[in-house]
Order: sequence, then structure tokens, then C-alpha cells
Amino acid sequence: MNDTKIDAKLVPVPIPAIQLDHISRHYTMGASSVRAVDDLSLVVAQNEFLALLGSSGSGKSTLLNLIGGLDRPTSGSIVSNGQNIATLSSLDLARYRRNTVGMIFQSFNLLTRMTLEENVELPLRLAEVDRAERAGRVREALERVRLTHRLGHRPVELSGGEQQRVAIARALVNRPKILLADEPTGNLDSATGEAILTLLQEQTKYGMTIVMVTHERALAEKFADRLAIMGDGKLLSTSAARSLAQ
Amino acid sequence: MKARDLTDLALRNLREAVFRNALTTLGVAVGVASLVAMLSLGVGLQELASKRLSQSGLFDTILVTPKNSFRGGGRPQRDEQPGKPIRALDEDARKEIEKLPNVIEVYPQIRFFTEVRFNNKPFATVVAGMPESSKNSGSFDGMKGRFFSAPAANEAILQIEFAKELSEQPDSLIGQELILRYAERQALQPNAVGSAESSGGFSVVPKELRLKIIGVVETEPAAGYGGYGNARLLIPLQTAATLRAAQVNDLRDIVRDSAANKTTYASLSVRAKAPSQVEALEASIKNLGFNAFSLLDASKSLRTFFSVFDSLLGIFGTLALAVATLGIVNTLVMSILERRREIGVLKALGAADSDVQRLFFVEAGVMGLLGGILGVTFGWLLGRAVTYGTNVYLHRQNLNSIELSSVPWWLVLAALGFGVLVSLAAGLYPASRAAKLNPVDALRYE
Repeated sequence: MNDTKIDAKLVPVPIPAIQLDHISRHYTMGASSVRAVDDLSLVVAQNEFLALLGSSGSGKSTLLNLIGGLDRPTSGSIVSNGQNIATLSSLDLARYRRNTVGMIFQSFNLLTRMTLEENVELPLRLAEVDRAERAGRVREALERVRLTHRLGHRPVELSGGEQQRVAIARALVNRPKILLADEPTGNLDSATGEAILTLLQEQTKYGMTIVMVTHERALAEKFADRLAIMGDGKLLSTSAARSLAQ
Repeated sequence: MKARDLTDLALRNLREAVFRNALTTLGVAVGVASLVAMLSLGVGLQELASKRLSQSGLFDTILVTPKNSFRGGGRPQRDEQPGKPIRALDEDARKEIEKLPNVIEVYPQIRFFTEVRFNNKPFATVVAGMPESSKNSGSFDGMKGRFFSAPAANEAILQIEFAKELSEQPDSLIGQELILRYAERQALQPNAVGSAESSGGFSVVPKELRLKIIGVVETEPAAGYGGYGNARLLIPLQTAATLRAAQVNDLRDIVRDSAANKTTYASLSVRAKAPSQVEALEASIKNLGFNAFSLLDASKSLRTFFSVFDSLLGIFGTLALAVATLGIVNTLVMSILERRREIGVLKALGAADSDVQRLFFVEAGVMGLLGGILGVTFGWLLGRAVTYGTNVYLHRQNLNSIELSSVPWWLVLAALGFGVLVSLAAGLYPASRAAKLNPVDALRYE
């Protein structure tokens, strides 16, 4: 296991975007207790693209949900964008998910009965953005994923790659500071997967911090700045991506 | 989320499962319709009964009789005080009663048994004088022909059964003439028979009067307790008064020697401004020394009966709505199961618990409102249908049509409000369940 101190030498962390301090997430399943995340500490710098790797059940998706404010830790603190989200009220946590983070999923999670434009507009509705401003924001987000020509289509009419691009546009439309991606290439072929990760990598140019869960090490090494390996709910190691090391 | 966006989203969700939501809405509509139909029938019946009863004058009329009159069956007068002189019910008494507060009119009951000749055939009947006010009392609603042209016109209205005796085609009688033969009471000449003047005696002279038949009334008109019911030939009250026809009480008055030469009345009908003033007026008349009767107590019992009747109808209607409520709960709970992943996505995108809760609430409310609007329409149509069916039956029975159901504005608004409220209450559990859904579990749901 690599020491995080060594890690700090490899990739300097000037201003942390996310700071996880001894966080745990334990579940009770019947009589037994499952330690999905177990006393984990990690710092993600601003503008960094971090890939979370690990085998199935290693706790990487749980960790991502904790950072995304979808779940609460059993113990420890998660300071994201300057606030400890572990102590936020339910309403403030919803506000955090709405304004600070954007999430994309392996299965895209687009609402099938809505058009592409309406799907991307949904976070703006939740954030109570003025109607007049919405169309411009939707177009801007779709331009960033190069998908402005199919506004009126429904998700089922799009390819997997296009659907994931719509999901990215939806995650970007509220201009979040952190983008969380849970296996974004899991349902895509390798070429499309690479195109999607290229798109994600581009977002760091806009000052965005990205945390991505994946089990495809090669892709992670190619696109991420840093890799964090998890096993049994613990952080096993962190290292700079090969591309960066080279 | 803003209200407009929330409503947009809710309507979109409802449109997506249009068939199931339409069925649920229809369930609410049936519930509201049954409630509206039941209550509209209750209200309609109450209005009908109140209208008929108030028009009949049963509850705003007091029957005044002298204390020495017979109440039937020869029973002794309970409130008669021995030794105290009995007041005659004469013109002075009539004027005195007329001056009492809240009195609209005081008119005598002129009614006598006599003979009518039509086509040279004799017919026996009871003749009654009708006050001018009876024109607007509803007693003549649905009559054939018209009401008297003047308060003292030589015109007659026949009760249908009597008209049928005169002719097989009662309607054809209108415009024809009949001859009323009656016994006119004439005061005796002073020197005619001994001490006639002091005895108050009179002679009876047979007279005739030609009357033009101007109308036939289907139902027997009534004007309060002891009113002109049972009379089958109706003439204007003033015409009846000028006839000076001998009445039943004339002979009694002679025997009792109570009224001397003065005309006395067997009874007077006193109409109060409103049924609520009858009780006080009745007491005032009794204080003047007369007997007074009204049906006020019966009116109170009737109102109580209708309140209970309406409540029962309302309970039946509400039961139907309760079943519809279960339909809403079922639809929304099913919807949560189906839209679990969607709820997870909404939460992941930043929807607060309250946003999700409100979304389900609005969906329930919209179904309730639409169901309410449809239900009120269905209920109204159902009421119309029942009224129509009843009237078809009544027409076949040669009876006048009635307005059986009534949907007043308060019932429309109450039914809509009730539909929405019940739907919102039904949405309470599903909405709260949806709001509490763990986003991680919801997103994992396939």
C-alpha cells in the first residue's frame, strides 16, 4: 500500500476541493454489519481528475455517493467546497447536490419520457433558474458535449454514447464545481468510452474537479490525473496516472 | 421547484400513464358524482317540500276561531273560562287582528254547501271564496285556464274532480257558464215577525248567480290549516262575500243570540310575514280572546327530518368517495414503485424531499380536481336524469312535473373542494413515502 504522504509529494494539493477525513459507511444486513467504506481519508485537489479503481464490492460507488451527498457517512467528515456535508440537513444536502456537484451514471439515468432538451433542463427547474435563462444554459451545456442538433429527440432515439453525452450535459448545466462519474463507460464500447472520457477530461479546463469510478484501469491511466485503488472499503493506494508520470 | 414547473412536471407524469390515471380520476368522479347526486336529490326534495309547504300557507297561516266554536266531535273547549263573555269573531275582531304586528292579511273563510246547475242538471258541491293573495301562493300552479280577472269577478275555477262530474272533457268547460244557486241571508223586516230584530233572525232567499268558468285546477288548493280545502267550486272572496250566502255558523249564532245583527265569521285565516313570526302572533291572537291554531311544530319536525335525510344521503355519497380514495392511494403507490428510479434521479439532481412530496401531491390534487369537475357534471346529469324519469312517470299519472334535484353553487364548490381535499389526503401517504425514498436505493432499482 502506498502512503498518502508519498502521494502528496507526487501530486501537490494546493487547495483541496474534497477532503475526506476518516470516513466510514457501515450497513447492517440482518445480523451482520457490512463496512462498505472503512476509515478512509483522501484529499482531491481542485481541477483534479481522480479515478477510483477497485474490484466489485470494494466500496468505490459508496464512496462516490458519499461525496455526491446521496448518502451520509456513519462517521468521519467530508469537506466539499468548504462545507462539511456530513452534517448538513436534508434540505441543504439537496441544495449541495443541486448546485455543487453534477453526477453521471453507468446507465445514464435519463428520464425516458422527456426529450433531450427537457432532460438537460431538469436541474435548472430544480434550481429555480428563470425560464428566460434556461434555453441558453441548456444550449451551452449541449455545446460542451457537441450535441445541439437533437434537442427534440427522446433518449431511446439516441445511441449509448449520445445518451451519456446528454447525461454529462445534464450534469454540467448547473455549472457545478465537482463532477462525479460512476462507471461512465461501463455500458459503452471502447471507442465511445474513450470519446466520453475525452469529453470529461475537457471539463477540467473549465476548472472542474472530477472523481470517476471505473474498473477499466487502462482508460483511467490514460485520462485521469491520479488513481486511487480501493479494496474492502479501504483506500489501498493512490498514484499518479501513467500518462502523467511519463 | 417553482409551482409552475412542479405543475408542468406533474401534468406530464399524469399524461404518461394516461389510461391508469384516467381510470383513477374516473373513480374520483364516480365518488363525487354519487355525493353530488345524493345531496342534490336531498336538497331538491327539501326545496320542493319547503316551497310547496310555504306556498300552501301551512306554516305561515294561523286559523282563528271564536272560543265557542266546535272543534269537531263535540269536544268541550279546554281553554274556555266559565263566566267570561265569549268574543264574537266579527268585522271588528278582523280589523283588530289585522293591526297586529307581522300580519300580511286576515280573510274570512267563506264556504257553503250549495247547488250548481250546468246544462240544466243540478250538481251539489261546496263553494269557497278565494282571497286575491292565493293567486301567488302556488295553489294554482299548473292549473288550466287562468286565475280570476278581478277580486269581485263573477268567475269560477273548478276542481278537476268536480269538472269531471260536469263534463267528460273538463278542459272544454273553460269559457262556459254555470249557475250557482244559493241561499241568501236577508235580515228580517222590523215588523215582519214579532221581535225578529232583537233575536237577530234572518230569512233565507233562494238566489242565482251566473258564473263564467275560467279555469280547472288539478290539485286541490289549500291555504293553511282549515283553509279552502275540500271546496270544489272556487270563486273570488269578494264575490263570495257579496252573496251573503247562509253558512253553517249562521244558524248557530241565531240560537246563541251572540252576534245580534252583526255578521260573524266561522273562522279567519291570518297570514304572518314569515313562519318564524307565527308563534308570537298566535299568542297575541289568543290574548285577544280567540282560539288560534298553526302547524309550526310540524314544520320544525320536518326540518329536522330533512337534516337527518341529507346527512344519510351525504354518508352514502361519501362512502363512494372513500372507495375512490383507495383508488388514488393505489395508483400513486403503484406509481412510486414504477417511478422509483426517476425519484432517485430527481434526488441525485438536487430535488429536495419536499419537491418530491409536492410533485406527488400535485398529481393527486390534479386527479382530485379533474375528478371533482367530472363528478359534479355527472352528479348534475344524474340528478337531471332522475328528475326527467320521475316527471315522465308523473305525466303518465296525469300529475304535474316537479324539480326533484337541485345543485346549488355551494354544493358545486363543496364537491370540488371535497374531491381535491380527499385526493390530497389520499396522496399524503404515497407522497411521504416517495419523499423518504433513499436516492441510492432508488437509483439501484431496475
